[in-house]
Amino acid sequence: MIIAERKPLEEIKSMLSGYKKILLVGCRTCVTICWAGGEKEVGILSSQLKLASSGEGNELSILEATVERQCEKEMVIEELRDKVQEVEAILSMGCGVGVQTIAEIFEEKPVFPALNTTFIGMPEAEGVWVEKCGTCGDCMLYWTGGICPVVRCAKGLLNGPCGGTRKGGKCEIDPEKDCAWVLIYRRLEKQGRLDLMRKYYEPKNYRAVKRPGRVEAATA
Amino acid sequence: MNREDNKIVAFCCEHSAYQVADKAGRMRLHYPDNVRIIRVPCAGRVDVQHILKAFEKGAAGVLVMGCQEGACQHLTGNTRAKKRVKYAEDLLKEVGIDGGRVKMVNLAPDMAQRFIREVKEMAEKIEGEMRR
Repeated sequence: MIIAERKPLEEIKSMLSGYKKILLVGCRTCVTICWAGGEKEVGILSSQLKLASSGEGNELSILEATVERQCEKEMVIEELRDKVQEVEAILSMGCGVGVQTIAEIFEEKPVFPALNTTFIGMPEAEGVWVEKCGTCGDCMLYWTGGICPVVRCAKGLLNGPCGGTRKGGKCEIDPEKDCAWVLIYRRLEKQGRLDLMRKYYEPKNYRAVKRPGRVEAATA
Repeated sequence: MNREDNKIVAFCCEHSAYQVADKAGRMRLHYPDNVRIIRVPCAGRVDVQHILKAFEKGAAGVLVMGCQEGACQHLTGNTRAKKRVKYAEDLLKEVGIDGGRVKMVNLAPDMAQRFIREVKEMAEKIEGEMRR
């Protein structure tokens, strides 16, 4: 899922300066799970903005809404159509895709991001998420025991490990992090596929990702 | 509710703090009249949003009062509440409200004097800050 973090309050306040009525929009999908932009976070940010603005003698009027999936036009239109008419600007607590979806639909209103979208990952523990996929467009997980060296190796090495692996299988750049290639070695060892460690991987074809990416389902 | 009223919202767990507040009343103990007690099934039911909403609606202080550590009827409600109060403190500091305006208090059902002391301390703290 997509992981995001809330921007500092000061940055959000500076984006909103000059606006009195805003619509604060959360998303019930990825950013709800990573505690960044769900219904609850919308309530918290709304309270904070109201308290901060009333302290400065310029109270904001905030409408709150949470869309099931901010990246789906139909859902955004259905949920926000009427509310948008009542406000001067929209503050989105969705990922970068959500912000752009709203901006594309309601072109006449300025749309601001309340989050920084950081990576694609998974929860590791309660309140901790780690990056797992770099969306390189040329997946090699079948050779590496299901562990991605592109994002999990600090250097993104395709033929690791490098010479700097620390004792205990930690990364030389960050001793808190595991060396991805040590993890790959141990995984392949469990699977009896260690011969794959001898395989040479040619430089990756990063051109497989064309910006902006576009995928069309065969059955569409 | 105006902030000028210096209202204090006290979320009280029905297994401990609410009984304490009741006991203080029956003992005819005096405590500041600007406290509004909200009975909750457990301190763990109190969310960050409830705390912020109280301030948004004009409260000058919030007390979250639950069972003593290790004695929660729901096992971890009071420890969860403690973490949430800490988080609420940080969020309030960001908007310029002193973190001391929200406090977690752990009480046993017979601690009427401690209840009174905590409420008075919060009331005096707020009064002192308002005068400044």
